[in-house]
Amino acid sequence: MLLPRERGPLSRRVLQTLRTGPGSSRSTTAFTELALGPDSVVTDEDAQLALWTLYELHYRGFDDAAEDLEWDPTVLRLRRTLERRFERELREAVALRLRSLPGEAPVGETLLALPATSTGPSPAAYLHRHASREVVVDFLRERSLQQLKESDPQAFVLPRLTGRSKVALAELLYDEFGGGRPERLHQRLFAEAMVSVGLDPTYGTYVDEVGALSLASANAMSMFGLHRRLRGAAMGHLAVFEATSSVPSRKIAGGMDRLGLPPAAAAYFHEHVEADSVHEHLAAHDICGAMVAEEPGLREDVLVGAAVCLHLDELSALELTERWNPTAPTAQEVAS
Amino acid sequence: MRLSGPDDVSVRSCPGGPDLVRGATLVVDDDGVQHEVTRPVVAICRCDRSSRMPWCDSTHKAVRPR
Repeated sequence: MLLPRERGPLSRRVLQTLRTGPGSSRSTTAFTELALGPDSVVTDEDAQLALWTLYELHYRGFDDAAEDLEWDPTVLRLRRTLERRFERELREAVALRLRSLPGEAPVGETLLALPATSTGPSPAAYLHRHASREVVVDFLRERSLQQLKESDPQAFVLPRLTGRSKVALAELLYDEFGGGRPERLHQRLFAEAMVSVGLDPTYGTYVDEVGALSLASANAMSMFGLHRRLRGAAMGHLAVFEATSSVPSRKIAGGMDRLGLPPAAAAYFHEHVEADSVHEHLAAHDICGAMVAEEPGLREDVLVGAAVCLHLDELSALELTERWNPTAPTAQEVAS
Repeated sequence: MRLSGPDDVSVRSCPGGPDLVRGATLVVDDDGVQHEVTRPVVAICRCDRSSRMPWCDSTHKAVRPR
């Protein structure tokens, strides 16, 4: 994969640093902080692309960036500036939702009840009943940013867990990674879905085309996965991600069948109807429940991660449905 | 429904959801039809409304809103 195209001053600065190495720019900018404006970074494509690019050093890397930049202090410093703001904004955005939750219920039950608090349009329902082939292709292109590395961010958490929660995360990941069969690797099933509708399944191909929220959704998972401090948030996010997958996956598969797309397109989603009906319980009860039982202080972050997943899904749904169907009522109109 | 496997088979019921089964290699439904287990953990439907019996497909969420 090659470095993406810049989308503004923040990504320009990051790309410049990665392209030339921090040493060569030491005289001017290497040690100055990134200047973030007052606007939200969550919905800012420039900030999210900058962060995504920095995170990719930890996954597949770039052919045109040196591999040792992954742990370069100057590069980590750029990442830290973006992350601090991103994390703060996400925590603020979900604070109200979390205050309304009952404090007494077991964390697993609270997690699985959370998706019912979600509002706004449903891309899955639109894909099911109304979407054209072009819209389905657009959806796969947007999702490719995270699905081609599906479960990779959560795999970073495994060495940070012990006992029951570690075993349950390993069970979940083993299933995600094909259960011993490379042809069942979920990342590969997604790539096959892409190929079946004429998309290029090469990792990172569409990064220049995807929206801010697709980048932000992938980045939230990376931030939670890469910081041990945020292990609770990583697993709470996973629980809600899984709990909001099975029913929408069935609708999306139905929409693909309605359009007569090749079976490989829907196969990925059919697989997730069944797999995620297992995974949501594994994640909510066996992973998060066990983590919180062992370390009660993690409860708050587990719920923060869960609510962040819903929050970003809602923003992402708005971005997508407004693009696909500009005459549809906006979320604000639906809510009022 | 009968569960069989080479070692111990464990079953845990999720509140308002399916049974989580570990260790089974075969699920035999009430009609005697055998279903091969291909996951480390499987979810067996308890609401009888799944369209993929014996596996849970989360239909219970629509039937019994939480």
